Parts: sequence; C-alpha cells; structure tokens
Amino acid sequence: MNDAAPPARLIVGQETRPYLPPYLKLRHDAGRGRWVLLAPERILTPDQTAVAVLKLCDGKRIVEEIVEALAKEYSAPAEVIRTDVLDLLQGLADKGFIKG
Amino acid sequence: MSATELNGNGHCQSVSVDDEPTAGVVGTTGATAALCALAPVGLLAELTHRCPLQCAYCSNPLELERVNKELSTETWVSVMRQAGEMGILQVHLSGGEPTARKDLEDIVTAASAAGLYTNLITAAVTLNRGRLEDLVKRGLDHVQISFQDVDAENAERIGAYPGATAKKLDVARWVTELGLPLTVNAPIHRQNIHNVGRYIELAIKLGAQRLEVAHVQYYGWAYLNRAALIPTYDQTLQSIEFVERERERLKGVLTIDMVVPDYYAKRPKPCMGGWGKGFMNITPAGKVLPCHAAETIPGLHFDNVQDRTLLDIWLNSGAFNAFRGTEWMKEPCRSCAFKEIDFGGCRCQAMAITADARNTDPACALSPYHGEMVALARSEAAKPPTPFVYRNPRNSPAAKPEQRPLVPAE
Repeated sequence: MNDAAPPARLIVGQETRPYLPPYLKLRHDAGRGRWVLLAPERILTPDQTAVAVLKLCDGKRIVEEIVEALAKEYSAPAEVIRTDVLDLLQGLADKGFIKG
Repeated sequence: MSATELNGNGHCQSVSVDDEPTAGVVGTTGATAALCALAPVGLLAELTHRCPLQCAYCSNPLELERVNKELSTETWVSVMRQAGEMGILQVHLSGGEPTARKDLEDIVTAASAAGLYTNLITAAVTLNRGRLEDLVKRGLDHVQISFQDVDAENAERIGAYPGATAKKLDVARWVTELGLPLTVNAPIHRQNIHNVGRYIELAIKLGAQRLEVAHVQYYGWAYLNRAALIPTYDQTLQSIEFVERERERLKGVLTIDMVVPDYYAKRPKPCMGGWGKGFMNITPAGKVLPCHAAETIPGLHFDNVQDRTLLDIWLNSGAFNAFRGTEWMKEPCRSCAFKEIDFGGCRCQAMAITADARNTDPACALSPYHGEMVALARSEAAKPPTPFVYRNPRNSPAAKPEQRPLVPAE
C-alpha cells in the first residue's frame, strides 16, 4: 500500500541497543513517590523493574549488557532477567516508546 | 483523549491522560503533596477562540469568546506554574488556533519551566519555521496538526481555508526535522471517512509518531452540523474494523488512537475518564471547565482563574463537584455494574439529547432514549448531507441548534 519502504517494526534482541526517543520524558513523580514516563497524549507508570531497565536504555549498552548489569545489581539469574527485559522492551517498542 | 493500554508483561502500564489521577513532578511537600495526589493529569488550555479555519465540527462552544476577553500573558504564565505545582503532568495548548496568541512563546516557556509535558494542538496554517524553532527551544515537547482531509481540495472546502494543505505539510516536515514527535489528527465524518486508509499512509510518509483517527463527536458546532457530518452505521463499522487491522499491522511503526462516534455504540464512553477526575479545561476567558462542552449544561457555575487558584477550583468549584463520583446518578446508572467504568457516559450529551444532564448518556443501550438517538442518526446519515454552517463569529450568535429533546421509549 506504500510506495516507499515503511519504517519497520523493531524486533528487540540481545544485540539491540535500545534508547528512549527524545520526546519521552522519564521523570520522578515526587508527590506520589513513583516514576512516570511522559509521552505524546500518554502517561505511563513504569514499576521499579521497568524504571531500572529504562535508566539503562542509553543507546550505548546492548540488551545483553543491560541484563548483565541488572543480574549483578539484583543478584538474580540472567536467564530470568533476560526474558523479562526482552518482553518489556518489545512491548514498549511496539508502542513506539523504545527505539534501537 | 487516548486509549488505555496495557503493556505486555505488566511492568509498564500506559494510562490515558484522563484516567488515573497522579501527583506532581515539581517538588511538593506536606499538605500540598496530599492534595497533589488528587490532581488531574491533563490540562487543556484553550488560549483563544480565534482561528483561521472554520470547520463545521469545531469543539469550541457556539458562543465564541471575543479577543478582548482573553486572559493576559501574566495569567496564563501563572496558570502554568500553578498547574505544575498541583501535580498536572501534561498541558495541551489549543484553541481556536493557539499560535494566534503572540505570547505563545511566553506560555510555552512557563509550561516547560513548570515541568509540564507541553503539547501544541495547531491547524498549522499560520506557523512559520522560525517561530516553531523558537518554541522548540523554549521546551515544546509535541505537536499535533489537524488535516481536514487528505485530498487538498476537499480539505480546504471543509476548513474554508484555501492553500491550507501545503502549509500543513510544510509544518509537519519541520516538526519531524526538529526532532519533535508529530501527531496527525484526522477528524473523521461522512465527507472524508472514505480516506481513513490514506490518512494512515500520510501519517507514515510524514514520519508521524501517532495518528488520531478522531470521529467527530456531536457537541457544539458538530451537533448543529450533525446531518452534514454523521456517517452511516456501516461506514462507521467498516472504518473501525479497518483501523483495528492497520493498528496491528503497524505495531511499532505508528501509534493509532481512535475516538469512535458513540451514536452507534452500545455502551457510552467514559467521558473525560469521569467528571472532575483527571482533566480540566480553561477557556480563553479563564473559566475552568470539567470538559470543553460543559457550558452547555445550564445551572453550573464555572470559576475563573482570575479569581481563584487552580487547585481551589479543582477541589471546591461547584461545577467540578456537580457530577463527581457516582452519587449524582439516577437509574439505570445508579444500580449499574459499569457505573465506575463509564461513569454514565457524557453529561453534555445527556443534556443535549434528553434535556437532563443527570440522565444516562443516550449512547448507552440501557438509556430509554437510545433507540430514538440511533434512529435519528441513521435517518440523517441516509439523506444527502446538509450544507455546512461554518464555525465563525458571524454564524456564532445565529447558530442555535434545535434544542428539542427526544422522547424516551415507553
């Protein structure tokens, strides 16, 4: 239906370098003691795990490095964290909230 | 304003701006913080009713505010500061055409300084690149541009503004070039509903982050022009199904939000996410409304930001408390299992159709007026469209819709 190749869906894998597009703002919500991710006409309320992941999505680290960092920080098995991180990032990418 | 969505594994819940009340991003302490927890998340600031376009479905009230009644720069700056302090997260700068205000720059600066996610909702026919760049430097976060149709000729007939399309396309390109997210707003009705697919192509071509397929809601000017605008049941259903398929296909490429016309619905929309629950609207003259059409409900008193603080109005204004919660409800809402989900639908639509704002929204299949309303919509859609009563100050005083309420079913 489109003449030009449309932008493709990002499939998040272990080698992806995820980053938050500049129009998303991850801010601490002081009054409620939680974090919010402000997006065009959307407000997301990421939980602690999601915030920990999002803070590491700097466009430099690949997913596997994020997994390693979290595994170390939380002393948890990397396999468990990897599944969680990939699920989370794919979900966010499908909504346009994560680029890579 | 937008759909509620859940993300895959539940780590990150996306709520609509008018859903769950949330607290402030600007540091607050003690008692203020507690109040902040009740504050709305979204603020619609209608900076002016002046507009170069004359769309017959405009959401502004029929009685347009005059320029000499508009709030001063200082008042808008104060409103933005108060909004940040009380815990509002997003501000939508709208109108009319917000760029008609020469002090938009100062208002954007104030909104940004207050920590608000700042959204400009514009027709984009009078905005030049230099001004847009300046607004971005001052902290503008997002731009929404309306396209009256994808066919330039039809678009310019609908908006009554020759040459509009080329200007809008220019501004849309600048927005993405400047690294800002772009929303394409597509107001859908019987005179452009055949082009929903091409709107999607346009949004992708422009690099938009989001497309709003906004079926016209029948209030104000759109209520007056309903017979010119309302599509048939089949057209409506087909377009909804089409968008749902496209949304799946374009996952991760384009976010598509859809506002559906509720005349053909079975359940009412949770209007504003509940009256006085997560959203407030300020008119060009400073009146604070629970929704942009609230002035159509007689007997409500609206406080003004020139007289009281925004937080005081939010918490204590009679208009905000009139339909807050569920205590005001009559049957069938009062005993309905969905009363905390849809809040009985829209008060303004109940008023317009049934002459009582406390009635169930007639969009609800449980309303005794529902059958009548659907029949009315179907019969209007089956006839050729009536000519537009264009939205402009000249038509404003004369434009009085027939306020004959429908007769409920036995």
